[in-house]
Amino acid sequence: MSVAAETGVIGGIAAKFRTCPATGLKIDLAAEKLIKANAVVAIVFLAVGGVFGLLVALTRWPSVHLLSSDMFYLVLTAHGLDVLLVWIIFFEMAVLYFASAIILNCRLAAPRVAWLAFILMLVGAVLANVTVLQGESSVMFTSYVPLKASPNFYLSLILFAVGALLGCFVFLGTLVIAKDEKTYEGSIPLVTFGALTACIIAIFTLASGAVILIPTWLWSLGYISHIDTVMYKLVWWAMGHSSQQINMAAQVAIWYAIPAILMGAKPLSEKVSRLAFLMYIFFLQLASAHHMLVEPGLSSEWKVFNTSYAIYLAVLGSMIHGFSIPGAVEAAQRANGYTKGYFEWLRRAPWGNPAFAGMFLSLVMFGFLGGISGVVLGTEQINIMLHNTIYVPGHFHATVVAGTSLAFMALTFLVVPLIFQREIIWPRLAKWQPYLFGLGAAGISLFMMGAGTLGVARRHWDITFSDATLSFEYPPLAILMLSLNGLSGIMAAIGGGLFVVIIVASVLFGKKVDASNIVEALGPMPQKRVSEAVHKHGSASNFHLPGTYTLVAIFFLAFVVYYFVNWKYLSELWQLG
Amino acid sequence: MAITSPENRIWWAEKVGRAELIWITIAFLWGVFMFAMMVWWHLEGNQNLSNEVYRIVPEVFEEKTEAFTEKYTVREESGIPVAKPEPGVDVYMLSRLWEWWPILELKKGQTYRLHLSSMDWQHGFSLQPVNINIQVHPGLEHVVTLTPTQTGEFSVVCNEYCGVGHHTMVGRIHVVD
Repeated sequence: MSVAAETGVIGGIAAKFRTCPATGLKIDLAAEKLIKANAVVAIVFLAVGGVFGLLVALTRWPSVHLLSSDMFYLVLTAHGLDVLLVWIIFFEMAVLYFASAIILNCRLAAPRVAWLAFILMLVGAVLANVTVLQGESSVMFTSYVPLKASPNFYLSLILFAVGALLGCFVFLGTLVIAKDEKTYEGSIPLVTFGALTACIIAIFTLASGAVILIPTWLWSLGYISHIDTVMYKLVWWAMGHSSQQINMAAQVAIWYAIPAILMGAKPLSEKVSRLAFLMYIFFLQLASAHHMLVEPGLSSEWKVFNTSYAIYLAVLGSMIHGFSIPGAVEAAQRANGYTKGYFEWLRRAPWGNPAFAGMFLSLVMFGFLGGISGVVLGTEQINIMLHNTIYVPGHFHATVVAGTSLAFMALTFLVVPLIFQREIIWPRLAKWQPYLFGLGAAGISLFMMGAGTLGVARRHWDITFSDATLSFEYPPLAILMLSLNGLSGIMAAIGGGLFVVIIVASVLFGKKVDASNIVEALGPMPQKRVSEAVHKHGSASNFHLPGTYTLVAIFFLAFVVYYFVNWKYLSELWQLG
Repeated sequence: MAITSPENRIWWAEKVGRAELIWITIAFLWGVFMFAMMVWWHLEGNQNLSNEVYRIVPEVFEEKTEAFTEKYTVREESGIPVAKPEPGVDVYMLSRLWEWWPILELKKGQTYRLHLSSMDWQHGFSLQPVNINIQVHPGLEHVVTLTPTQTGEFSVVCNEYCGVGHHTMVGRIHVVD
């Protein structure tokens, strides 16, 4: 580090900080260390969970069928835990500290509590892996009662959740300090607002987790005799699905942040974007219902209202972001002089910058693959055709892998120069990373959804039913889909492996970043040649955004067509009443 | 920028662009439509899941299923009784580690009240290749009204993970003219 640490007052009390050569912001060293620690652990668990995921994909490829059945269910449980929970929440802690202390130019509140949070989460994550690998806890990520895991399985998750909850409070504390000490003017930035949304949803989520996991832990120890199976699912999913809404809010914040950092993009309307985040806070938590649409014991009225997030108001929030984010990119690019035709702004975007490419691919794939399939899957009656088929993991690999994970990876390509102060090593290889991983993830999603449409069960070791008393065969097309899913899994694993290797190598051996090379370290930014032009722009009233209108129209058309195709299939089903 | 505080401190008073307003209106109306679609299907559609559910002790459900099977068994397949009930009666199928029991033989176009419940863990009733999927819980008796519209041999795959034998859990429903 070329800029020596200084001691001075940030956020009210003396703290050690350095001055960021790119932005001039004071960077609290305690916050910086915590961001590094959380990001590093996140990436380690991404690597571990990713390997488990590859093993799952290779086992579900019928002609490869890699693992034995016991190992398959064990590895599938570990895969879900490591990537869906550990990688994502650790990374989100890094995002929370970044969006509060760094962006607000403030010291982090109570760094010791943040370290305690980190340790609790790490102990929880390691204990969860050890417990699952011991073999007595192959209960899947969801651990539906009365399927019983060893007590340490539940305990590990409780420790992890309590740790993450503490991290959320550190974030909130930092917001309070920043406001008190006036480290920023006016309202918090939109990205911080998005992180606040994620934090509020996280508190609801983690509290729900505690509410259900603590009694379940006591039940596994024998202190409680009975856990109601429907109630368990309802509360468990208030954690399980809502935790995906933390991702949603965090990744949308990242979609706003990356174009802002790279091209100075501004939201079209602060009011609209913030309102869209607010809709997440109010309505996203109703999504427990998505997992309970073909459950006995809940009324149709409850299902219809909850599964639609109260008349699709949370979906409305996402559709607003889906317009506002490409719109912000287009406005910024047009202000930079890329004004030809409908799409010059998009063609001439910095596609060779893995942060931008990852961000934009994540946005498009989340919307087209994850968003549309999610609404269709969550339609009460259509769910009868899709519940617990492999369509479900197909859908959430589009949201969580192609969407969230890719967005987090994209941000990491900026976190390395800005926080670790290292250049990305092998930039040419890094350029390909988002495409490899993104295409692999898209393939996984599409082919699993394809197989699911043909009825293939999720979490199933042998769809040829070779050991079953009664035989059954899925259509040959389903086998083909699962084979293509295996190939896509290999591709995503290569892309994911590349990410881990590039980031680890950059952090360890990358060229140090200081004021002289910070701008280049952020990756290719062709539009910086007109950076003087980036002054006052970005308001939709100043700009006509035909490219964004076209993209949004295509999206809407795809949504409507796919929605009705599924109703058509449903109408041909046996009659049910 | 999205990473700095809004330039205009009174950002909430800014006018929203026309294109954005149009999009918000379209998206909102589409949401209302999709919501109405689910409600409408309950009134006019033929594929809605029944809400008829009772709490039941697993052993009691087992007795009821056994009585039903004894009454209607016409033959055996792979050692599993095949029950062929009269059209319109209540039919039973129980799930347990790792089977669906008994095998049913139904008539096309006839409506049956199918009772589903589990003896142990949760299971997933996945009728293939029709692709009707219903979650089955222990302690809850779910009564689903079912009208087969095709003839042939159909399988009931378990699609809720239920332990090491999960992938061997296959049941059968025959539909005849």
